[in-house]
Amino acid sequence: MDRETSRREFLVSAAAGLGLGAVITVVPAHATPQEAQEAIRKIVGSAPVTKGRVKLELPPLSENGNTVPLTVSVESAMTPADHVRAIHVFTELNPQPEVVSFRLGPRAGRARVSTRIRLANTQTVTAIGELSDGSFWSATAAVVVTLAACLEDA
Amino acid sequence: MANALINAPDRARRGEIIEIKTLISHQMETGYRRSQLGARIPRDIIRLFVCTYNGTEVFRAELHPAIAANPFFVFSTVATESGTLTFQWTGDNGFSATETATITVD
Repeated sequence: MDRETSRREFLVSAAAGLGLGAVITVVPAHATPQEAQEAIRKIVGSAPVTKGRVKLELPPLSENGNTVPLTVSVESAMTPADHVRAIHVFTELNPQPEVVSFRLGPRAGRARVSTRIRLANTQTVTAIGELSDGSFWSATAAVVVTLAACLEDA
Repeated sequence: MANALINAPDRARRGEIIEIKTLISHQMETGYRRSQLGARIPRDIIRLFVCTYNGTEVFRAELHPAIAANPFFVFSTVATESGTLTFQWTGDNGFSATETATITVD
């Protein structure tokens, strides 16, 4: 555990050493983890969000923050009585916390979607699954980004 | 105009879960970048993607600027009957694009 955090810290400081830290000050209005929490609250309301059932697949290290492949799947029978209504994705440090909201239903057959997202920084991405019974489930993944999106061209 | 690619099977067995991949060319300008003169480049993104199967909506995605340029989606649906899959993208500055694919279910 200890070893892993120190490795992550090393990578973050290495990225900062490459000039990333200096460039970031130019970016207007970065969202904060609190804003991400508020954006999540806007979707889930007062319902509790439980960790589990959602699987978020992201590369642990991304060379280009302009296109980061993302796959979210939720464990569900996907029947009319018990299915995934929506999947939401949030980031902590992009200019805007919301990334995408997928709406699906029993007609989807399985709750698994993929897309490509932008990441402005090394950060944690959160995926939330909204089930037909009104419960919310979540998963998080940390991504180290070496080339930030929003700043340089693809 | 926009160039869209659809990858969906043209034949499927009834009840089979089919995977659909869509890709559309669009810059997805975030609205957070600045030009060389320092002026903010206005946002120009696709806001909504909807897939309907014989008129019934089966998948919808609400996009934000954090979706990468040339939005790519992979999703699935149950092959219920022969017919048409319609894909529609709408966005800023009146952007609208529609593609269709036919599927035969037996």
